[in-house]
Order: sequence, then C-alpha cells, then structure tokens
Amino acid sequence: MKTRVMVLASALVAMLGMSSIVSAEETMYVPIPSYRVGPYAAGGTGYFGGILDYYNLLNARGGIGGVKLIWSECETEYSVERGVECYKRLKDREGGAVFFDPLSVGISTALIETGRADKMPIIAVNHGKTAGQRGDIFPYYFMPGINTYDEHSIMVHYIGGLEGGMENLKGKKIAMLFHGSPYGREAIAFMDSMCEKHGCSHEAIEVPHPGNEQQSQWLKIRKSKPDYVLLRGWGVMNPVAMQTAKRMGFPVSRLIGNIWSNSDEDVIPAGGAANGYQAITTHPAGTDFKVVQDIIADVYGAGKGDLQDKSRLGSVYWNLGVLAGVVHTEALRIAQERFGNRALSSSETRWGFENLVLTAERIEELGATGLVPELNLNCMDHVGGHLAKFQQWDANARQWNIVSDWIEGDVELSQSIIDAGAEKYAADNNIEPRPCSADSNDDDFDL
Amino acid sequence: MAFFLEVLVGGLLSGVMYSLVAIGFVLIYKSSGVFNFAQGTMLLLAALTFVSMTERQVDFKIAFIITLVMMVVLGIIVERTVMRPLANQSLLSLFMATVGLNYFLEGLAQGVWDSAVHGLELGISNDPIFLIDEFPALGLDIIISQFDIAAAVIAGTMILGLTLFFQYTRTGLSLRAVSDDHMAAMAVGIPLNRIWAIVWAVTGVICLIAGLLWGDRVSVSFTLTAAVLKGLPVILIGGLTSIPGAIVGGLIIGASEKLGEIYLAELFGGQGIEHWWAYTTALIFLMIRPTGIFGEKQIERV
Amino acid sequence: MYYREAGRLVKSFASDRRMLPLMEDRWIVIAFLAFMYIVVTATASDYLFSAILIPMMVLGVATLGLNIATGYTGQLSLGTAGFMCFGAFAAFNLVLRLEMYLPFAFFFAGVIAGLVGIVFGLPALRIKGFYLIVSTLAAQFFAEWVFNAYPWFLDNNSSGVVALPPHHYKVFLGQESTPFNAVFWHSYQGRYLITLTITLLLVLACKNMVRSATGRNWMAVRDMDIAANVIGISVAKTKLMAFFISTFYCGVAGAMYAYCYIGNLDFMIFNLRRSFLIMFMVIVGGLGSILGSFLGAIFVYGWPILITRMGDWIFGGGTLDTAFVENNSKIVVGTIIIVLLIREPGGFAALWLTTKKKLRSWPFAN
Repeated sequence: MKTRVMVLASALVAMLGMSSIVSAEETMYVPIPSYRVGPYAAGGTGYFGGILDYYNLLNARGGIGGVKLIWSECETEYSVERGVECYKRLKDREGGAVFFDPLSVGISTALIETGRADKMPIIAVNHGKTAGQRGDIFPYYFMPGINTYDEHSIMVHYIGGLEGGMENLKGKKIAMLFHGSPYGREAIAFMDSMCEKHGCSHEAIEVPHPGNEQQSQWLKIRKSKPDYVLLRGWGVMNPVAMQTAKRMGFPVSRLIGNIWSNSDEDVIPAGGAANGYQAITTHPAGTDFKVVQDIIADVYGAGKGDLQDKSRLGSVYWNLGVLAGVVHTEALRIAQERFGNRALSSSETRWGFENLVLTAERIEELGATGLVPELNLNCMDHVGGHLAKFQQWDANARQWNIVSDWIEGDVELSQSIIDAGAEKYAADNNIEPRPCSADSNDDDFDL
Repeated sequence: MAFFLEVLVGGLLSGVMYSLVAIGFVLIYKSSGVFNFAQGTMLLLAALTFVSMTERQVDFKIAFIITLVMMVVLGIIVERTVMRPLANQSLLSLFMATVGLNYFLEGLAQGVWDSAVHGLELGISNDPIFLIDEFPALGLDIIISQFDIAAAVIAGTMILGLTLFFQYTRTGLSLRAVSDDHMAAMAVGIPLNRIWAIVWAVTGVICLIAGLLWGDRVSVSFTLTAAVLKGLPVILIGGLTSIPGAIVGGLIIGASEKLGEIYLAELFGGQGIEHWWAYTTALIFLMIRPTGIFGEKQIERV
Repeated sequence: MYYREAGRLVKSFASDRRMLPLMEDRWIVIAFLAFMYIVVTATASDYLFSAILIPMMVLGVATLGLNIATGYTGQLSLGTAGFMCFGAFAAFNLVLRLEMYLPFAFFFAGVIAGLVGIVFGLPALRIKGFYLIVSTLAAQFFAEWVFNAYPWFLDNNSSGVVALPPHHYKVFLGQESTPFNAVFWHSYQGRYLITLTITLLLVLACKNMVRSATGRNWMAVRDMDIAANVIGISVAKTKLMAFFISTFYCGVAGAMYAYCYIGNLDFMIFNLRRSFLIMFMVIVGGLGSILGSFLGAIFVYGWPILITRMGDWIFGGGTLDTAFVENNSKIVVGTIIIVLLIREPGGFAALWLTTKKKLRSWPFAN
C-alpha cells in the first residue's frame, strides 16, 4: 500500500514538474499519430521513430528559431476511425497543434475536409490522394515528395534506362502486380497510358489482401512471360512476391518495387530470394549522411533515441521519417521567416508548407545531401519533388545500394489526370478554387 | 494442358499449407467442442518466440526446444485457467473465451517481443524444380516448388503421426471417447482435464510447426495470424471433427482457389476473387453435406 | 434501488402490455432521454460528440443487429462489417444516383443490406452451428471484393476514399443551404441528435419485436430449432426474417457510420477485424440483450481510449510508449472477456441484472 501511494505521489510530482518546465518557454506542439502495434507496425515504428529522432536533434540544438517542439503520441493502429479520434483529441492541446501527419492514405484523406475547416495542414509524405496536388483546391493538404503517377512514370523511365533508352521499350511487356486495394488499383489506368505513350504492353495482376499466398498470380506471370514485373505491394505481400518469384524461376532483378515495397522490412524476410531486387526510393537507406550521423551521436548518444532496435537506424522507413522531420521543420522555419521567430499557428504553418523550397544548398546546410530530394512546393503544386532514385538490395551485405541518380517523373502526363480529379472534387463539394497568383500568395495564409 | 496441370499441382501443394493450419483447429474442436479462435495468434506467438531467439544467436535446436516447451506449457495453462472453469458452458461461451484468449496472446506476443517483421529461414531450398529438365520423358513443362514439397512431406508425416497416435495409444483412445461424449467418458473414469491438457499441448506443438513453415513462406509478423483465414474454409469442408478431413479439405480449397483465380476470375472482369471464392467453394460443399465431408452427422432429438 | 415489482395491480390489458410496466422505470428512461437530448446536446464538446458519443451509438446499433441474429436467433455471423459495408455503399449510391433524402436513404440502405442478408442467410436453412460462419464470412469477403473491384460503386473515385460531399446531406427541405440542414447535418450537435433519434427508433422497434411473436419465434429457434418446428413455427421463415432484420440494422449502422460519424466512405473500414470487434461487443455486452449491445459497444470502443487517456493523465502527455499501452490494453481486454465469461457468461447485461437484484434489498441484504 505504502509503495503504491509513493508511486502515485511521485507520478503527481513528476507531472507537476513537467508542466512547469513546459510552460517556462515557448513551444510548438506536434501530435504524433503513430502506429506501433498490429499489422502495420513495422512502418509506423520506423517512420515516427525517425521523425521524433530528428525533432530531438533540433531541440537539442535549440529548436526552430528558438522555439522548441513538443509532442504527444496517439496510437492509431492504422485504422481510420482511431486516427480521426486521435486528431480530434490532440488538435487543441498545448495551444493547438501546428500540423497533422498520420502516414496513412485512409486517415489523411478522411481528414481533408476536417483539416480545411479547422485550418490544420494535413501532411502525407510520398502518398495520399493524388488530386490533392492542386493546392488551389486543397489548400490544407500536402504530400511533399512524389505522388503515385510520378512514382510509376519514374519506374517506367528507369526500365527504359535499363533497356538502353525509352525507344527500346517498344514491344516490351510490363506486368504490374498490385495490392488488392484502392491504393493498388490507383496506378492501373496511369500505367496503361504510360505504356501507350512508350509502346509497351501492360498487364495488371491483382493480389488479394494481405497477399500471403501468390501462387496463382505468379502462374499467370509465368504464362504471359513479361519482361519486367512492377511490384506495387504492401506489407507481407512484398517478401512473398519475391519468394514466389524465386520458386517460379522469375529473375528477381527484373522485379521492380514501388515506394511502399522498398523497405528493409520488405526484403529481409525474403532472405536470399531478395538478392538483386530493385526498388524506387525518395530517400536512400543507410547512415552515411551527416544528419543521420548527428542523430546517432547527439540523440542516441544522449540516450534519447526512439528506436529500441538500433540496427534499424538507416533503414528505409526510419530514413523516411528523418526526411519527413526535415520537411516538417523546414516548413516551420520558412513560416517563421515570414511571421517571426515565435510559436506559429496552424494556418501560418500552412503558409510555410506552401512556400516550402528545399534547394541543394539548404539540403547541404542540413547535412542531408543525397538523403533529401530538392523540393519546391507552391500553390498549384503541393507535391513539389517529383524526383526519386533507385536502390538495389544486396542480401549478403544486408544493405541497399543506390543504382541511379535522381530521375524525374512525367509531370505533364499526370497533370491532366490530376486536374480532372481535382476539378471534379471541387464541383462536388462546392469549392471555389482560390487564385494562385504570386502577389496573393503572401497574404492568403489564413484561408 | 500443361498449364492446367501446373495450376492444379501448385494449388494442391498450397492446399497442404492450409491443412497445416487446419489440423490444430480440428484437434481442439474434436476433443472439447471449442472452435479455437486464438489459433492464428498461437501460430504467431510460436513463430515469433522462435525467431526472436534465433535472432539473438540462440542455437536452432535449443530455440526449437524452448519454444516447444513454452507452447506445451501455454497449452496446459490455457486448459487450467480458461477451459476448465468454463467446462459445461455453452459452445458459444467457449468460442468467445478463445476470442478473449486471442486478444490476450496478441498483446502478449507483441508486448514481450515486438511487432517488427522478421525473416525466418529454415534452410529448406526455395529453388524450383523444372519437371521438363528432371523428367524429360513426361514432356510436361511444369515447375514444382521444392519448398512446397518439403512442407507437404512434413504435413503428411505430422498427420500420419497424429492418426497413429489417436488410433493406437491409450491416450488417443480416451481422446476419441471424450470427443464422442464428455459425460460418458467421465463416467468410465477418463480424466477429462488431463485429456484436454494433452490436446492443448499437442495443438501448441502443431502451431509451432505450422508457424515455422508459414513464417519461412511469408515472414514472421502480425500478418501471420491471417493464415488462419486460409484454414477456416478447409476445416469447414473437411468437417470440424476429422483430421483426414483437414487434409482433403485443404487439397480441395487449394486447388479450387487457384483454378478459380486463373480460369474463373475472367468472368468477373478482373481478378482477386480468391478470398470469397474459397468460402463459396466451402459453401457449395456444405450445402451438399452440412457437416463437411468427413464430419459427424448430428442426430437431433426434441 | 428502492422500488419493487411486487404488489402492483394491473387493471387493464393496456397497462399489462406496456413496454415498461413500472412507473419508476418509465421515469428513469424519460429522465435518461431528457438528459441525452437536452443536457448532453447543450453541454458536450465537439470531441465528445464526434469521437465518443456518435460512434458508440452507431456501433451499438450494429451490435444490436448482430445480437438479433446471434443472441436472439442463435445464428453465428462473422459478416457484420460486410453487411455494414453494403449499407453504407447503398446509402451513398441512393443519394448519389437517385438524389434521395438522407433519412430515406438510410432506411432503404437498411432494406438493401437486409436483402443481401437474406441471400447469405439462405444457407442457414441447411447449415447449422459453426459451419454457418462460412456463409457470413463469404458475405464479408464478397463485400470487400465487390466494392474494391468495381469502382463504379464509389463514383469511379480512384483513391478509394470518398469524402462525402455536403450536398449529400439533405433532410426533407430542399438543398443543403437551408438553415434546417445547416443545423442538423453540418454541426456535431445536429448529427448527434439525428444519430440519437435513429438509434432510439431502432431500439424501440427491436424491443417491441423481441417481446412479440416475432421475437419469441426467434428465441424458440435459437433454443432448439427442431422443437420449434414441432410446435408449428416455420423455422425457415423465422431464420430468414432474423437475418433480414439483423442485416437491416447493420446496414443502417453502416450508412450512419459513413454519414454521421466518419464523413467518408471507404470499404476498408468495414474489414473483417471490425466484424470481430462487433462480435466482441456482443459477447461482452451479453447475448440477447438490447441494453447489453450498447454496454458492449461502449466498453469495447471506449476502453482503448480510456486507457490511453489514463496513461496520459498519470504519466503526463505522451511519455508513455503507445505500443506498451496498446499491448497492455489488449491483454487487459482479453483477460476481462475471459473472466467475465467465467464469472458471468451473460456479459454486462447479466451483471446489470444482478446488480439490480442486489440493490433491491440493499442495504438490508439478508
């Protein structure tokens, strides 16, 4: 009994102590809607771990413009309703959140209109509702990095490169093995038009969720004998695809993974079957970047690291988290340049995201050269990167090797599809697109 | 024709993998009338424990033995704390208790270990056998997976062992008595609790083996629990109380799933019908035989 | 509780057939409704409405639906979320293509889901017990497949998630711009009131069904269908009726889930896991109990939220590892289910009855 009282008392003291520290200086509050259990945990622990590690690094260096970041976590388990509940619970805490990044298409899409009403930027790094690129119609929705169409055009460009030029794609056969979900289906139509443009033929093959059994899909592939198979996979579907490819005698080096099939968690379980597998990435794996070394030295050195398993430092998901941390905090910094070095409101943060420009010099300053692509977001383009590299898995050394330079997506081809989608959305929802002229850009932070 | 055969053979071999999961269900249902919902999580717990130990440089054999012991102990504990107090409750309550158990184990497995994705290699070769190279005389251009064959052999051995065990040992005899009639079995002095404990322990062992094979195939992570969904239609077709039924059911589901996906999916303007097609196959069989192919026909009296 | 059932004279058939025969019970219910309608509407925060009260009621309706099939009629179903999915998509397409007013769309969504339920309930005429889950699981996977494979159902939307546009939210009086709609659909209070009213109507209907011949037939079939057949109940008709009503409730719940709660439509929120969750709600709440359905929904939905909030409160915001909280919450939920089943197989509903009994003689218990 006595000990229990002691524990409660010390918890109370700790709570009081903490709140007094917090109120002592100016802070900005970021909700962290993470998922650390359940089927999606591998992505969630890596991504949110990377974000928190980068925040900790910045805080140790004095924060952003002297303002430190504070945060609290909420477990979403990747489910939409729990994500929405987390959003509603956390958005008004500590003087109001500055943005919300759930790393889930479902949650971020569900929050588009809520975010608009609450003036809360909803962030979806490298994914999300593709039409959301149009910032005049989706002012509070950002997907910095690449969108689905960029991703697939970059993959086709890369295959063209492997074949020695885009003209050699003529007559080639590309199969896309996709996850049986809207996420997986989204690329089918685009791949058709991409192949139409370059004269290749395209076949889409669906793997029903979760994809732990792919015998029949690979039999189809064996029958139609494509030159390349694009893997638009998710979770357990990826290692199973590689293993089944091996069992079916399909060379894994001709299996090209998309942005959600590119992590260490996708290839390690496949063991030797993954050797030579290539995948697109916006953020190379590895720890050979200054910023990553700083995190290891200053954050993990001080015992404040978020990852329990330190071997995951430099893994793809964790590096994506670091990239997201850079994107978040640079947006805050740019907003501070405009509004002053103080704690920002969420609509001021929105301005920061919309005017987010990451030049090669700035990336060098951050120590993230090679890790973070150049970004240039503006009112009409909430994606801003459209760049990716390719990496190849070396199963013996258990590491990814970069095998290409930055490749750009076919922005022209995707723009018309994006416009159509966004304009339909605007018509359905009675949204008046705001003007995107340069002079209005400075003032319309508070939409 | 060769392609059809290839699909069929591939389907039958994956069917064996489904049977592996199904056997555990059948054992428990047979002996205690419980539809064990926690089967998938037990699979996960076993595989996760094993893989976490080997990743910490524990020797393969030692890790196997430790996990084996753990699963046996777990089975006994479950019998003691969950099944025994619930004896003579309605079947639905027992089913729900396993749902609770599922939640408990899900939290436990991920809490004690982690929820990351682990690779598991048992050392069974993954290379394909090209039938045309090995046996040119047959003239069939078919690929057969070595891994699937190995898995089938393991499953076959296990089932043979279980059948012998139930047919020729005293415990097996008591178990069959219990599954026929609890009350009568108790009346002739068969210790019900001990039988149940044995069954749960054996199920734990089956979970370990199935978990390892599936883990090698699909990696060890939370998604492993989804393997159960493949096992469900299998036991329903085979009959909830029959071990050979689990095998036959597995073969039927495996073949039907693959053939359906290849040949039937075109009718539906797309693909990915596997999931509901497996259940529809099961449904068709059940409409003909409501208690499965080998299930016991229930005689009902007012 | 300081009132008793005994010693009350019933003077007319009308009073004998009352839903709540005791005056005190009536007052309690009226007071509770007044509280929900007036006090809660006036005082609760947006968070409370949108993240707690509305989802609990909607899930309660779905649980009630499953309880009609499983608890009252004894037909095991693991396709609840699939049926909700049919309901939600039916409502969406009715509003989109027929421009139906939302309350009607809810009703017809229920009817459509109910018809689907009858189709998947047909095997119940031949298959019994656990074998029946094959049919309802087929329904679940079929729903997931059909709404994925045919984007037409989602207005050909490529991202698979549709934010329900404001012009879908029409009640009776014309366009969304009327003040009536502004109050009722575009504020959380309004959505709460609508959800509460629909829930209340469905509960009243259910209560009356289970205390009439329909409900007695259900229970007779549940307890022993052969015996029910012998005494002249048409088992086939009763089972199909139960499936229809059950999936009607699930369908309405699905439509409300999309329109009143999340404001999005997406087939993946109606996955197998949700079917199981609703099953847990039935188990924990108590089979064959209306009150239990809602208690179960409140507990299963509210528990993880409560436990994280408690963690936050005790240890200060966010310092507790979320994975730790989540895993322990699962362990605790699992333990509670098992302990509840061992101690009180009837779930919370039975617990409530016991409490009531004890309170009757409290504090002078013998």
